[in-house]
Amino acid sequence: MPIITIREALNQAIREELARDENVFLMGEEVAAYEGAYKVTKGLLKEFGDKRVIDTPITELGFAGLGVGAAMAGLRPIIEFMTFNFSILATDQIINSAAKMLYMSGGQFKIPIVFRGPGGSAFQVSSQHSQALESWFAYFPGLKVVMPSTPADAKGLLKSSIRDDDPVIFIEQERMYGNKGEVPNDEDFTIPLGVADKKREGTDVTIVARSLMVPLALKAADTLAQQGVSCEVIDPRTIRPLDIETIVESVKKTNRVVVAEESHPFCGVGAEISSEIMERAFDYLDAPVKRVSGADAPMPYAKNLENLAIPGVDRIVAAVREVAYLE
Amino acid sequence: MSKQTAEPSATAGAEEKTATGVVDPPTAVDGKALRSEHKEAKERQKGRLGGLDRQTLTNLLHQMLLIRRFEEKSAEAYSTGKIGGFCHLYIGQEAVAVGAISAIRSDDYVLTSYREHAHALAKGMSAESVMAELFGKATGCSHGKGGSMHMFDKNVNFLGGHAIVGGQIPLATGTAFAAKYKGTDSVSLCFFGEAAVNQGAFHESLNMAQLWKLPCIYICENNQYGMGTSLARAMSLQNIAQKACSYEMAAELVDGMDVLAVREATLRAVQRARKDYLPTLLEVRTYRFMGHSMSDPGNYRTRAEIEKYQERDPIKLFTASLKEEGVIDDKSLEQIEQQVREEIESAVRFADESPEPSAEELYTDIYANPLASSRKNS
Repeated sequence: MPIITIREALNQAIREELARDENVFLMGEEVAAYEGAYKVTKGLLKEFGDKRVIDTPITELGFAGLGVGAAMAGLRPIIEFMTFNFSILATDQIINSAAKMLYMSGGQFKIPIVFRGPGGSAFQVSSQHSQALESWFAYFPGLKVVMPSTPADAKGLLKSSIRDDDPVIFIEQERMYGNKGEVPNDEDFTIPLGVADKKREGTDVTIVARSLMVPLALKAADTLAQQGVSCEVIDPRTIRPLDIETIVESVKKTNRVVVAEESHPFCGVGAEISSEIMERAFDYLDAPVKRVSGADAPMPYAKNLENLAIPGVDRIVAAVREVAYLE
Repeated sequence: MSKQTAEPSATAGAEEKTATGVVDPPTAVDGKALRSEHKEAKERQKGRLGGLDRQTLTNLLHQMLLIRRFEEKSAEAYSTGKIGGFCHLYIGQEAVAVGAISAIRSDDYVLTSYREHAHALAKGMSAESVMAELFGKATGCSHGKGGSMHMFDKNVNFLGGHAIVGGQIPLATGTAFAAKYKGTDSVSLCFFGEAAVNQGAFHESLNMAQLWKLPCIYICENNQYGMGTSLARAMSLQNIAQKACSYEMAAELVDGMDVLAVREATLRAVQRARKDYLPTLLEVRTYRFMGHSMSDPGNYRTRAEIEKYQERDPIKLFTASLKEEGVIDDKSLEQIEQQVREEIESAVRFADESPEPSAEELYTDIYANPLASSRKNS
């Protein structure tokens, strides 16, 4: 199986879906002539032309809403935000239009649209360009929220998202575009939304990790294995709908759980997962659920402060040792 | 016209609280001037009758009357609690929706704001399905999930019903984009009030529509008040049609009390859109006779101002023009009124007798592809 980067895997997914369905088009800032601010859309303008791959003005609310309208009229837009930080300008159209249209219209207007782009922490770009927004979007019924952590997941989940008939928020981690992994080059390869993946089998502690935290959780599991602690790493991959059954099943086996996330802790996805575990598996828990989250502060610029704001392997290791009562 | 604001009362002692809650000295109406203005408007309208057959003209009148009576009935049903939530009536503005929508085909798209009962009816939705939606019934056009502000009917390409001011403007730009993308010649009509012009969504959309040549017709229904705030208090440049210049877009200023003027201007815009994929901004000057919504006390404008526009009532004007030109007489007018009464009565009966949505409907239509892990309240 070819080994490629997440960036290349996403590019393959978009290329294959553009080729597969004439109603799919890609729109966003710098996606065409510039080939994407992060080069995810490299070569697509040349291959599909400017009818299908469209550069927009810097007008996020406008082109997000245009995409929703186009979806109402039967197209399947892929709307790229150069980064999800800019999606904040478009949230009225994402939330009030895309998420609610099917419901408000009594089931008449489905909105098959993908809003995608990099999110989460970036490298030293301070507060406005470095933040995790998944809990915002996951809050709203009507939206699906997807966060891949490997090249194969990125490709398979993006293809499923484009084929899905609902609005999907697809958040690519900005620091992970260069991460490599094996990816099937089969055009029919997809990964279903709403299905968690067990990234590592284990027996003592479950680590629930998504996006940037998955590789860190796996490293932590390696370290902990040397200390005699066997960790199971569950990557939900889709935040909404959340595959809570797979998480609960793992917790029932290990009886201890750490939820790792780079987002702020307050009202975060980790809080939701913790609450679900408490409701569904309280009697199986041998220790309180432990969250490892990003700092409850805007992202700072200085390298040392930034490192403190984002959870690292050591914090995950410490949390696992805490719930295993090894400290 | 656009600069009119509520004038302060001359003396506090002369204030009189009217049925609409308007505070105003009672002597401010110059009846003679109003009659003269009405006469001029009528002559202009009669000049537009040529070339239109009797059926088309009586259909326009029928629709305007249907909308007027529908809204009067809505107000009544609201006051008795059959309609809840927000309810924004269209009385006074009938010529805009009816005139504009009469200029398009059934495969063209219509999107509008929350003041939308009229556009839904004009696009061909039945009074039954609209009234049932207002009553929150399962037989409503949105199955009771949308209400007054979110009417939809895919069968007639009526795409809502949007309740964030200006939110429908990018959406209509998108339906126009899709029509061009698919190589069809259908156009999109996008209605919004003048207050929406201050939103970024308006400017972002007009820029994209002209830049990419999208067949969207932006119809600004300038009724001169954004809720209780007059245009003069909210907009630095009040000539809305002129704003199209910023985007090199074609624009027209239209008399929104004249159904035929609205129809003609829309026809010109539709031709541009179908033939060359070019957008247009129409500023249609109109007036709402009722408050912003059913709960509006209306004390921000004068009775004199309201009476001035009531003298320009689009239905009164059109009826007079048609009568004087011999298109209709008292008897045929009474027939139309009778038909409308029956339609409204039937709609109310239908809405009254329809069932409420079943409890299961709370959780349907959230996702088109619901996945196993989707969770309901446990």
